[in-house]
Amino acid sequence: MRPKRRRLAFVVCGMAALGAAAVLSLAAFEDNIVYFYSPSDVAERKPPPDRRFRIGGIVVKESVVRGADAMSVSFRVTDTANTIDVAYTGVLPDLFREGQGVVAEGRLDADGRFRADEVLAKHDETYMPKEVADALKESGRWRGAPEGAE
Amino acid sequence: MIAEIGHFALILAFLLALIQGTVPMIGAARGDPAMMAVAKPAALLQLGLVAAAFLALIHAFTVSDFSVALVARHSHTLKPLIYKITGVWANHEGSMVLWVLILALFGAMIAGFGRNLPATLGARVLAVHGLVATGFFAFILFTSNPFVRLSPAPAEGQGLNPLLQDPGLALHPPFLYLGYVGFSISFSFAVAALIEGRVDPAWARWVRPWTLLAWCALTVGIALGSWWAYYELGWGGWWFWDPVENASFMPWLAGTALLHSAIVVEKRDTLKGWTVLLAILTFGLSLLGTFLVRSGVLTSVHAFATDPDRGVFILGLLILVTGGGLVLYAVRAPGLKGGGLFAPVSREGALVLNNLLLATAAAVVLLGTLYPLILDALGGGKVSVGPPFFEATFVPIVVPLLIACVIGSTLAWKRGDLSGVWSRLGVALVAAVAAAAAAAWRAGIEDLLAALGLGLAAWLFFGALAELAGRVGVGRVAAGSVLRRAANLPRSAWGMTVAHAGLGIVVAGVTASSAWQTERIQSMDPGDTVDVAGYSLTFRGVSETAGPNYRAVTGRFELERDGRLLAVLRPEKRDYPAERSQTTEAAIHTTWLADIYAVLGERSSTGAWTARLYHNPLVPWIWVGAIVMAAGGAVSLTDRRLRIGAPRRARRSPAVEAGAPP
Repeated sequence: MRPKRRRLAFVVCGMAALGAAAVLSLAAFEDNIVYFYSPSDVAERKPPPDRRFRIGGIVVKESVVRGADAMSVSFRVTDTANTIDVAYTGVLPDLFREGQGVVAEGRLDADGRFRADEVLAKHDETYMPKEVADALKESGRWRGAPEGAE
Repeated sequence: MIAEIGHFALILAFLLALIQGTVPMIGAARGDPAMMAVAKPAALLQLGLVAAAFLALIHAFTVSDFSVALVARHSHTLKPLIYKITGVWANHEGSMVLWVLILALFGAMIAGFGRNLPATLGARVLAVHGLVATGFFAFILFTSNPFVRLSPAPAEGQGLNPLLQDPGLALHPPFLYLGYVGFSISFSFAVAALIEGRVDPAWARWVRPWTLLAWCALTVGIALGSWWAYYELGWGGWWFWDPVENASFMPWLAGTALLHSAIVVEKRDTLKGWTVLLAILTFGLSLLGTFLVRSGVLTSVHAFATDPDRGVFILGLLILVTGGGLVLYAVRAPGLKGGGLFAPVSREGALVLNNLLLATAAAVVLLGTLYPLILDALGGGKVSVGPPFFEATFVPIVVPLLIACVIGSTLAWKRGDLSGVWSRLGVALVAAVAAAAAAAWRAGIEDLLAALGLGLAAWLFFGALAELAGRVGVGRVAAGSVLRRAANLPRSAWGMTVAHAGLGIVVAGVTASSAWQTERIQSMDPGDTVDVAGYSLTFRGVSETAGPNYRAVTGRFELERDGRLLAVLRPEKRDYPAERSQTTEAAIHTTWLADIYAVLGERSSTGAWTARLYHNPLVPWIWVGAIVMAAGGAVSLTDRRLRIGAPRRARRSPAVEAGAPP
């Protein structure tokens, strides 16, 4: 009987640990999940200004405007069906280019501009973020992987 | 021609692995020594064949043979020779050849050093290893052949992503793969033991060195990767809880658990089923990591060349390997004889706690990593799970683990007592409280959690030392006998002390750099001075320079403290024309207590430059600590009992050794 009770005790401990982990995870999920929207999603669903989310799409050509202090920059992101204005203060990643895919994280401000506090860097200039590719496919403008992509 | 030889060698290796995977297995089942004897020469020959293929690939890269498509896509004549060679594994196909090379190396090592393995177990281990290898050879040959020719051959290659032209990242994949692939040996041993129906202390002793070797390599590999991300990506951070990072971290957590549970099997002949399960899951997580990295199903900042077809193949391999292992486990594990019962307050009880918490931590990381995939599959929308999730879940699980780690390592086997903890660890507790108090006093009480984190680090570090001191009798016996005892202490005991102390150093680095990082992002004209955490940085303009295959704009920042010039920081923005790509080279001045880290940003229309300047306290300790941990593992690996090739063990009966006191 004793070995069985011991085993039971370990199983209970294990369950307790996993249970605690589950509670922690659920609580953390509640606060820390960031949804991804394409510019069309933003136009349709109009996320509230307190909601943090990610947007992704293609940086519109010739839309990048740098402020006088080189710190603030604004650009437009499109999934070809809809376009959204993005404002960002900080240093852009090396591989940020007009005409290429980008993912930015932040909030909408009162005027409907997207205030990004993070613009994600990619290591590979031919890399297309999966969400961006999907968003482009959904808007029906997907033309296959960009040139040179594997 | 040489490329074709390489390709042919890979095909031969594939067929040979198939033979190695089947014939000895049947031989072991039938008790046919001739069939079992196939395993060893097959494993050795396989290493020769894969090495030939690998050398053929290196040759193609070094001579810039652009008629090989892989070389044309990833190399360039102007690239320095060292990066031509490391470029072999800086791409998907080449890295898979490196993977099977390491796999074959481990197989040959088992064949060469495993003379003392019982015949059937040895044959089965090599057979399972052969089956795993078969899967990977098929993967390479059918989806990622590195030797595909290109016709007509271009005159010049497309170059290697400049971010990868870096010593840190040249070494990162080999170490990571040594870790991943090393766990495949634990897997082969686990599956072979399930087929044998026997798991005993001798088995644990055979598995442990391989697990330890894999763990050391993975520790170094993860540290190198994080170091590279720190100095090369220019974000001032060293860990982003990115899916690709988690992919290597999950097998590390599971492997750490396996390392500890194998000790319990070895010393106490119990916890066998769990250990076998962990061995299967650890390799499963390694494969899952490979799948996540290669398939591109998750958006990662580190995603390189991804291809969904390859992802599906690896997913199939993952399901086959892990699923097969688990089914076998379900069928055979109930037959494994359990060991004696044991008290909760004992070394083995503490190791069970260690395993529970490490496994839970790995499960939480797995959940956070896969959650976006699960939610997307269920139509719940696209999400990303970022650092806040992992910090909120991982830290509360790991803190009790770290506290218990020190106490557990001082407990005796079978029956420990907590009442002696104060006498053994009082010094460490005092050091921990002092460290926390000092940190709270310097940084202010509002950073209480960070101060407690530093206290925890001191607890780990001094606790490890106190445990060693207690063991050799410091303060109880004369100095001479302390030295004698220290000299006679098994290497594994030294290894544990060093590794746990290293963990303490890592925790200090992680805590301080996360809590007290100072960041200044601002626009600077030449002559401007910025104050960062007591240091002043003066921007002295930029100059243009040229490298072997890039042009660079180099900024000049004078770093001063109290009016004294400490260093000149020269961050660069490099432009690689061949790859049509730019990189940022951060300039780092380290005092070993902190890093001053400068990155040059964009130039504005008025001629000012943006600069990102960081003060990262204790950040070098993260990598120093990780290296110390790996060194602890290496010290433990030299333990006489574990030495992989120790010939004397062959003459000794494992049963006698198992009975010997620790």
